[in-house]
Amino acid sequence: MSSGHSETINVTLKVWRQEGPNENGGFEVHQQTISTDASFLEMLDQLNEQLNEVGTEPLAFESDCREGICGTCGVMINGRAHGPQTATATCQLHMREFHDGDEIVVEPFRAAGFPVIRDLAVDRSPLDRIIESGGYISVNTGAASDANLTPVPKAAADMAFDAAACIGCGACVAACPNSAAQLFTSAKIGHLGLLPQGQAERWSRTENMVETMEEFFGSCTNHGECSAACPKEISLDFIAFMNRDYVKAKIKNRALAGQH
Amino acid sequence: MAQTTDQRYRVTPVRPQSRQYPFPLNLYQSAVGRKWVMAITGIGLIGFVLVHMVGNLHVYEGPAGMHKYAESLRTLGNGLIPKGAVLWLLRVGLLGMFVLHLHSAITLSRMSGNASENAGRISGAKKYEGGRDHVAATFASRTMRWTGPIIALFLFYHLADLTWGWWLGDAFVPGDPYHNVSTSLGNLPVAVLYVVANVALAWHIFHGAWSMFQSLGVNNPRYNQLRRGLATFLAGLILVGNLSFPILTQAGLINEDKRYCPIGEIEGNACLAEQALDH
Repeated sequence: MSSGHSETINVTLKVWRQEGPNENGGFEVHQQTISTDASFLEMLDQLNEQLNEVGTEPLAFESDCREGICGTCGVMINGRAHGPQTATATCQLHMREFHDGDEIVVEPFRAAGFPVIRDLAVDRSPLDRIIESGGYISVNTGAASDANLTPVPKAAADMAFDAAACIGCGACVAACPNSAAQLFTSAKIGHLGLLPQGQAERWSRTENMVETMEEFFGSCTNHGECSAACPKEISLDFIAFMNRDYVKAKIKNRALAGQH
Repeated sequence: MAQTTDQRYRVTPVRPQSRQYPFPLNLYQSAVGRKWVMAITGIGLIGFVLVHMVGNLHVYEGPAGMHKYAESLRTLGNGLIPKGAVLWLLRVGLLGMFVLHLHSAITLSRMSGNASENAGRISGAKKYEGGRDHVAATFASRTMRWTGPIIALFLFYHLADLTWGWWLGDAFVPGDPYHNVSTSLGNLPVAVLYVVANVALAWHIFHGAWSMFQSLGVNNPRYNQLRRGLATFLAGLILVGNLSFPILTQAGLINEDKRYCPIGEIEGNACLAEQALDH
């Protein structure tokens, strides 16, 4: 995979610093010399080591698995959520995407639903509120059931898996000009609503999750920025499915739900 | 422990849930439902624009043809209900759709504005210092909030121009649409205004006619590819049809020389019958 060609580049970092949720923030400029093999977060680690050495407060940013599957990391890099590379979370972005002499602007995800905690770290708990309101199925726990006891059509399983790839990073909200969370919510609704296990709560789930979403986020205007920013490339189709199920859920007589 | 921190740092909702009204009003309380209403009313309004455009093509038949078309709108459903009743029913329906479309657009964009008030950056708009790099959004989708108001203002101008005759004054002859159209659009600045407004309309429809499928949840991988094509076709058709009126009036194709009957005297009468015989 590696071409064996690595070089060292100099970049100018313009990073957002903010001491707390209610403080005013501003940009700080730092020069970094870094190998193109380093990941973007490793560059921020290097910056923090330098800040530590001179006794300044290090830059707060979030990360966990650093392999693109946990959804903890995520910043705006030059105006794009997770940076310039498509289908890539910030932690999987490498400095080889940049050139010597580049200026890189690093900002937190912006939305009223994502207040800044400190520097680049934002509070994405409204996404948890959405999950709490319906992102589950109710089953009796007990002895594990047999594998393949519930048949799932292959096409539905594939589609549900595509939706389940959502890591909940919030890039969709950050990239959306309306700060809407439609892509996230529809992926969660879609992944459960497509499977037989999710049918019992399908309609109440859709209603509750959509209505919780609308407490914190904006309204979708079908720009498609969310899907383009999504590190997991969740499709806009899920938004359409969610819209359809929401209106159906409102109209449906639950007592007759089995008859659709 | 976890609970106390949770309470202290809980993010405040920008739009707390209120008590739900009974069905179907509760649909309109939610943004998803409101987008659904926008899509339905959008379909109705596109339908009107299409019929309006196709009907107006009668102008190319000359004053008598145009007059006959205008008259047939008033006598829709004749024999069953009083003259003009169907037309008024359609007008009320259109007005209702227009008001709902506008109201949902305004309230939804305000909702999105509130949801974009940025933590740490006190400003109404959502902006990133690193530049706003639009990847997927089209020019049409980003300008819906501009083309919309342009169309609304134009609609008012257009009604005042050719329905109420405010601007033409004495030159406005009720019941002689050919005369009114050729007089109004014969004026170059007015023709330019019609061109600009209809470009905005087509642009609005280019995004709207695609977007409504998503809002309604009409999505199927079998025909998703056709949605963009349909929106382009509709926008193009309306653009070409509607632009032909101001442009061809300016080019002299629609003018009073085509007239057999005296201005304002087609109504009722012998001249029309005479002309029908000529053809």
